Amino acid sequence: MKTFVCIKYVPDTSEAEVKVNSEGTAVESSRFSFDINDADNYAVEEAVQIQEKNEGAVTVLSIGPKESEVMIRMAMAKGCDDAVRIEDARIAAFDPLMVAKVLAGAIKGQEFDLVLTGCMAADDGQMATGVALAEELGVPHAAMVKKVEILDGKVKVHRELEGGLMEVVEVTLPAVLTIQTGINEPRYAPIRGIRAAQKKELKVVNLDELGVAAGEVDADASKIVLEKLYIPEVVSSAEFIEGEPDEKAEKLASILVKGGLV
Amino acid sequence: MGNVFVLAEHRQGALRDITFEMLAVAPAVARDLGGEVVVLLLGSGVDAMAEKIAGYGVKVLAVDDPLFENYNADLNQKALSALIDAHKPALVMVGQTAQGVDMAPALAVEKNLPFVADVIGLAVEDGALKATRQLYSGKVNALVAFKPADTYLVTVRESAFEAPDPSAAGSVEKVESPLKEDLDYRKFVEYIEAEVGDVDITQSEILVGVGRGLKEDKNLPLIEELAAAIKADLCGSRAAVDAGWLPHDRQVGTSGKAVKPKLYISLGISGAFQHVAGIKGAKTVVAINKDPEAPIFAVADYAIVDDLFKIVPKLAEKLKELKG
Repeated sequence: MKTFVCIKYVPDTSEAEVKVNSEGTAVESSRFSFDINDADNYAVEEAVQIQEKNEGAVTVLSIGPKESEVMIRMAMAKGCDDAVRIEDARIAAFDPLMVAKVLAGAIKGQEFDLVLTGCMAADDGQMATGVALAEELGVPHAAMVKKVEILDGKVKVHRELEGGLMEVVEVTLPAVLTIQTGINEPRYAPIRGIRAAQKKELKVVNLDELGVAAGEVDADASKIVLEKLYIPEVVSSAEFIEGEPDEKAEKLASILVKGGLV
Repeated sequence: MGNVFVLAEHRQGALRDITFEMLAVAPAVARDLGGEVVVLLLGSGVDAMAEKIAGYGVKVLAVDDPLFENYNADLNQKALSALIDAHKPALVMVGQTAQGVDMAPALAVEKNLPFVADVIGLAVEDGALKATRQLYSGKVNALVAFKPADTYLVTVRESAFEAPDPSAAGSVEKVESPLKEDLDYRKFVEYIEAEVGDVDITQSEILVGVGRGLKEDKNLPLIEELAAAIKADLCGSRAAVDAGWLPHDRQVGTSGKAVKPKLYISLGISGAFQHVAGIKGAKTVVAINKDPEAPIFAVADYAIVDDLFKIVPKLAEKLKELKG
């Protein structure tokens, strides 16, 4: 099995205040800590488990800055064999269709059985790149995958639908699968793996070296224009309970009891 | 012609809500694009569903083909592709659902369509179509413009729009299936129903929900103590279930369950839209989260901005005392 796993370096904004610059063109991300996108972390684990069961090799693909190499090395420490980091300011990174074209450019011309991606990026949440990538590569796909079973020449997957229902489908290989969180238990990188990862190949390429024409993946090529970013007004009609922690807890308890809510 | 095509979504014989939610926004966009709303229904044995949709005062274009009995993203893509060629709609709307995300991006690539995913707003401004979507789990909104094209494609977030009530009678037109044969590269095998656990949280009167803010499972007893004090059942966000703190049948949200307790106490849950969609039926929502910008506060009735570990023990103690 030859597998590519596509991962993204994303900011953790779960407990952070997010600000947009005054032009409304970019999020001020310098204060955030970055790491592998949650769903991609599961995709890496799935790729490594598939490789352990079926032999073969796993190549990490990522579009991102130099700092993301820590994340890429970590994926290699977990068992991925080598990596390609693509960095080029010309890529229209806000458009998943452009991102998919770049990733396809990094895969095309090579033999592969599987491409795994996370099913959603935590930052822009489009859930589009993996499925678009499959179309670019001209191979079958399945999205939001919660179980992977490699069969002869095909793969049987469980797709997670709404309400906890699973859709079982079979697609022929090679294929692209977008991996849903919770499919497995991502491992921690073993110490010896971390050491070994330093010696593994991590190629850094731009669009020219990749053989992808910038004019096909830049802002001009994109059919959408990001006009404005802004912080949405959060309309909350909640009663905010104030005070010291203990006071807040006591006030809430009495509201719940007096209101007959508990 | 600026018709707006809305792809009806159905599963196991029933139309899904997103179909009607899209009808909340499609008519205004169609009017501004100079066309009308046409709902595309691809299914097997579609008559009852077609009639139901037509009851919303729209034209239904129905394709009845046994190949559509169970959803197959690639068959849907093939059919949509042919119907776009034949009817040249100005806009195609698909749900940002497990079905939609498995198909729409590939269709966009195949047909070279300007595409925006997971939109929560759609409008025509000065003749140009613009979509609103969210970044960073709802902390930032983006206004995205489409460059001029014959046909645009969007996927629409579930629960972002409120479905209108049925109105005037529309019409149903049956068209021949554009499909010639089944595919050899993708096969539907079966559906597997969600496992049933010890507690059915859709029936719970009081629920305590935990999220990423719980940090680790050794903190769970603290929450269980609170739950026990008020006879609540425990549930959680996707993050809590992915982490293995709670079994899957306790997951609240679009990929889990929709709950309708009289009281929902949310602890350390940011309130991603997928989770919030699952608690729409809750009568009273209490949210405790240390991030003052957490989207959960938008749906809360009572809110505490603080570390849950500083609040929960005292809250449990006080509740026990008051209920004593």
